[in-house]
Amino acid sequence: MDPGPPLRSAQDDARFRDSHQAPHGSCMIDLILTQTLNGLASASSLFLVASGLSIIFGVTRIVNFAHGSLYMLGAYLAWTLVGRFGPADALGFWGGVLVAAVLTGLIGVVIEVLILRRIYQAPELFQLLATFGVVLMLQDVALGIWGAEDKIGPRAPGFKSFVVIFGNRFPTYELFLIAVGPIVLLILWLLFQKTRWGTLVRAATQDREMVGALGVNQRLLFTSVFAFGSMLAGLGGALQLPREAVTLHMDLAMISEAFVVVVVGGLGSVTGAYLAAVLIGILHAFGILIFPKITLVLVFLVMAVGLVVKPYGLMGKAPVGHSRAHGPPEPLLLPADGPTKLAGLIGLVILALVPLLAPDHILLTLTELVIFALFATSLHFMMGPGGMASFGHAAYFGLGAYGAALAVKWLGAPMEPALLLAPFLAGIAGVVFGWFCVRLSGVYLAMLTLAFAQIAWATAFQSVDLTGGDNGILGVWPSAWAASKTVYYYLTLSICAAAIVALRLTIFSPFGYGLRAARDNALRAEAIGLDVVRIQWVAFAVAAFCAGIAGGLFAFFKGSVFPTYMAIPRSVDALLMVLLGGVQTVSGPIIGAFAYAGLSEQLMKMTMYWRFVLGLSIVLLVVLFPRGLVGTALALRERWRKEPQPAVSLVEAKP
Amino acid sequence: MSAVSPAQITAAVAASEPVLVVRDLAKSFGGVRAVDGVSFSVLPGTMLALIGPNGAGKTTCFNMLNGQLRPDGGEVLLAGRPITGMKPRAVWRMGVGRTFQITATFTSMTVRESVQMALISHAGEIWSPFGRARDRHREAADALLAQVGMAAQAERACGVLAYGDLKRVELAVALANQPRLLLMDEPTAGMAPRERIELMALTADIAAAKGIAVLFTEHDMDVVFTHSDSVIVLDRGRLIAHGTAQEVRQDPNVRAVYLGTGATSGGH
Repeated sequence: MDPGPPLRSAQDDARFRDSHQAPHGSCMIDLILTQTLNGLASASSLFLVASGLSIIFGVTRIVNFAHGSLYMLGAYLAWTLVGRFGPADALGFWGGVLVAAVLTGLIGVVIEVLILRRIYQAPELFQLLATFGVVLMLQDVALGIWGAEDKIGPRAPGFKSFVVIFGNRFPTYELFLIAVGPIVLLILWLLFQKTRWGTLVRAATQDREMVGALGVNQRLLFTSVFAFGSMLAGLGGALQLPREAVTLHMDLAMISEAFVVVVVGGLGSVTGAYLAAVLIGILHAFGILIFPKITLVLVFLVMAVGLVVKPYGLMGKAPVGHSRAHGPPEPLLLPADGPTKLAGLIGLVILALVPLLAPDHILLTLTELVIFALFATSLHFMMGPGGMASFGHAAYFGLGAYGAALAVKWLGAPMEPALLLAPFLAGIAGVVFGWFCVRLSGVYLAMLTLAFAQIAWATAFQSVDLTGGDNGILGVWPSAWAASKTVYYYLTLSICAAAIVALRLTIFSPFGYGLRAARDNALRAEAIGLDVVRIQWVAFAVAAFCAGIAGGLFAFFKGSVFPTYMAIPRSVDALLMVLLGGVQTVSGPIIGAFAYAGLSEQLMKMTMYWRFVLGLSIVLLVVLFPRGLVGTALALRERWRKEPQPAVSLVEAKP
Repeated sequence: MSAVSPAQITAAVAASEPVLVVRDLAKSFGGVRAVDGVSFSVLPGTMLALIGPNGAGKTTCFNMLNGQLRPDGGEVLLAGRPITGMKPRAVWRMGVGRTFQITATFTSMTVRESVQMALISHAGEIWSPFGRARDRHREAADALLAQVGMAAQAERACGVLAYGDLKRVELAVALANQPRLLLMDEPTAGMAPRERIELMALTADIAAAKGIAVLFTEHDMDVVFTHSDSVIVLDRGRLIAHGTAQEVRQDPNVRAVYLGTGATSGGH
């Protein structure tokens, strides 16, 4: 999968600053003012996207991963339409921008009606997965229509000049953008306070069951809200046209920042989103001046601190009721029976025999699959029994890889100690990051894990001296004895199989039971003396450690390490593997890893538009098999067995 | 009507020290005094019912005893040792078991495993990463399940049990740490009348036999009058009556509160 830089890169900002700022003679106050204005200008688009995301979440409870893609589509559509309508002409430009926003809204309607409408009742992770499927599809749609080249938009007519503020030239378009944020905020406020639709949206954000019970047409409400939110994202993208190049990487860059804004502001709160967008925008602007090396880290650090201080955001409220608002209660988890164990053993024997029969390229694929199986199993450990979904598990995989690579590069370590060291770097990160994460739950926890993964990614990306930045670390090769493909395959297989078996044993150990107890019912778990937070913390660290093992093996397998190992797509890979196999089963992640990695590899060979096909398959899988592959198979088996119906007890009459 | 068995009397006489002593307990929410200077005590082997109309402060009071809420003032003593403001799991370690109003069980576990879970925690084995949890404390778990009449359903998933059976499992889980005090929040809510009586009779028997003090909140007056040794009545955060069921029933204050709010016995 194409990793791409997940964040709008620091270089973009730097480029922007260089081109617009007077190169000389600015005193401190000027600088502060200019940077504040820069920050406010970049806050506007962020706010438009984030407010749409927030409104959609408030009403439909769907975290729309594809919102960044809608932003990207808005920008591309505006580029085409403005070009068609005439970029020099004011009507052509602004008409193009507005039509692009409306078209994006309509695309939102199509997505809602075709996909989301079918999965409102599904567990939230599956909804997320489906929207990520949409991300993949839209990426290829954009690639197909607009090509891989970046598109440079025209300047906005009427806003081509500069204003001189304190001796600095400041583009008027930036001033216009600064005004857009509060204006849209005001319009949204009026809309929500003064119209019936707005009242319904607010009511649904507070209690959507009640709104449904009052006879409101929920379908129409949900569709219109999704269209409106999409339109805001499209507008945000279209307005960026004069400011930055339109690229295929805009989607993930924007979505991760929009997540930060929404989470810092409080899910469902538009005002909070504005405040957070301004905060992040200004932080970006000043971060570049003061800490140019860690600007990316800074943004996510603010989110992490913010979430710990105010777990539900600046303006957000704690969700009402249980955190597991929807989805069925967790089903019974039993240790493997005889046939399942036998199947596992046979699988392992087949894997062990493969090198005798298969050609080298199959062996390479299999080595990778086995590594991914461990990666997925480690994520499943915290997600399944632990109930903590991580959007940033790649951080630990990547840190494992970097741990190994750094040991080779800086300590001159051979493979064996480097492999040993790798999981510890990941594990330590898991201990530190986990401490914050386990204090939250559900979507908030997931977003915080994403934030920490972005910190790890940004650190690797920006610390060029240490990690080589984007160029990565090369020459991470196995020791001589393990250099052959076959030997390295056996090494990988034995380490991964051992780790997977250990994780499995842990799930059925007292600790694993405690972990499940904490997930099933935290209140009850505390009431029988379990320290829920600490149990989850340990599980988090263990999952990170095991992902680090996989990462270390991957580094020596590839011979090189890049920041993309920690990027969002890699985290999503892991999520997909787990969800594909089924969260509620122990063998799910292994099957899921093989199915997913195998599928995507085949797809990549078959078509240039493999993302579209993959995205489509994900969406179809979510709609058709909400329990995952293994989960569905188990459910079918249960049905065949015809377990005796639960005996009817004395009470049929519940109040 | 009150069902005081000889065992209960002996237990109470043998250990006249109260298990739970609550003094001047207070909690406000934004200026509203939810619980206002409440004091009472519970003797071993006896059942004390905490009643009152909706909004009287029962749940707030309860949550300060089990550690979910930190009191603004007052103290809670368990067997003479202060547990005021301790976290739920610390309160549990001191020997307090509890059941929830909305049954709280581990849906991914079987009935026996749920009880084993509590026993594992009680034995301090929770951090053990190896060895099958299912093999630990099996006999002890079965004994507890037998006590509450759930032995036959030990292998079933908690998620598929009938409501009354879940309540029994909860009781078994709550008994796993050999508590001195059992806190039961609306133990019979949502049950059919006959099941209510069975569950409370069972609880009273176990409490008497083991000398456990039981404090429970309850809406069903039949349950209160049949199964409590004494009753305390809360209204707007204050304790307005304390005595045997019979005494409380005759109390003019209590009558005013209940008739005044329109609540009647047996209602929800």
